[in-house]
Amino acid sequence: MDTGLILFYVFGILAVSAAAFIVFTRNLLYAAFGLLITLLSVAAIFVLLFADFVAITQLMVYVGGVLVLILFGVMLTNRVADRAIQSQSVNPVSGTLLASVLLLGLIYCILATETNLHLPAAEATWSNVPAKSSITAIGIRLITNFALPFEITSLILLIALMGAAYISTPEKHD
Amino acid sequence: MIDIPLAHILVLGAILFCLGILVVITKRHAIVVLMGIELIFNAANINLIAFNRYQPELMGGQVFALFVIVIAAAETAVALALVLKVYQYFQTVNLDQVYQHYEDK
Repeated sequence: MDTGLILFYVFGILAVSAAAFIVFTRNLLYAAFGLLITLLSVAAIFVLLFADFVAITQLMVYVGGVLVLILFGVMLTNRVADRAIQSQSVNPVSGTLLASVLLLGLIYCILATETNLHLPAAEATWSNVPAKSSITAIGIRLITNFALPFEITSLILLIALMGAAYISTPEKHD
Repeated sequence: MIDIPLAHILVLGAILFCLGILVVITKRHAIVVLMGIELIFNAANINLIAFNRYQPELMGGQVFALFVIVIAAAETAVALALVLKVYQYFQTVNLDQVYQHYEDK
């Protein structure tokens, strides 16, 4: 058993347990910190899968941006008088049933097709990858093969941020 | 040499996806529901990065994962703006209570 596999299991178990902590905790801030642990572990798993640039983007955008936004949302939507910021849980039985049935179905499908998932050619190039960083390849692909989706994504980001700024602006009473 | 079996990565993605679904179903605070959606996005990203190994030269999976991250950030910004507006209007972000207030009006 090599080090990479052990690290993958460690970070995988960390991500899953932190995500389960979000399900079981009632405190909103604890849930936000559970999400932080999950996002960091997923970034570590990206590194183990040779996606270093995506891992850095995950750290900068998710941990640096989205999580701070969520914490701002928690702070702004609760009265200061509330002692602990709670979130109640509803329909636990049907939710657990649906999620576990979905999980079992997904795992069954994955394990049933496991023999087809190993491509020998991909495995061969897979072991050659770690020598270089993926940033050059991603940069070249972003402005050649994926130029149109790249531009559309930037347009969507612009429109979404304009919309968010417009929605959150207080109305003027005149 | 790191050689993680593809099925294990996919199972990890499936577990994270189902935990995200569970959070979305069982929680009633709008921001916690948002956190569940982020979990689902991350599970999808893990699968995309894992399947990138089939075409390591094209980098399709990693570029798609980058797009997913950007869209998730935009979605979170808009959703939190909406949550703030709902809180100003209804004085609560509990989704059931918001629905009750909406039916009463």
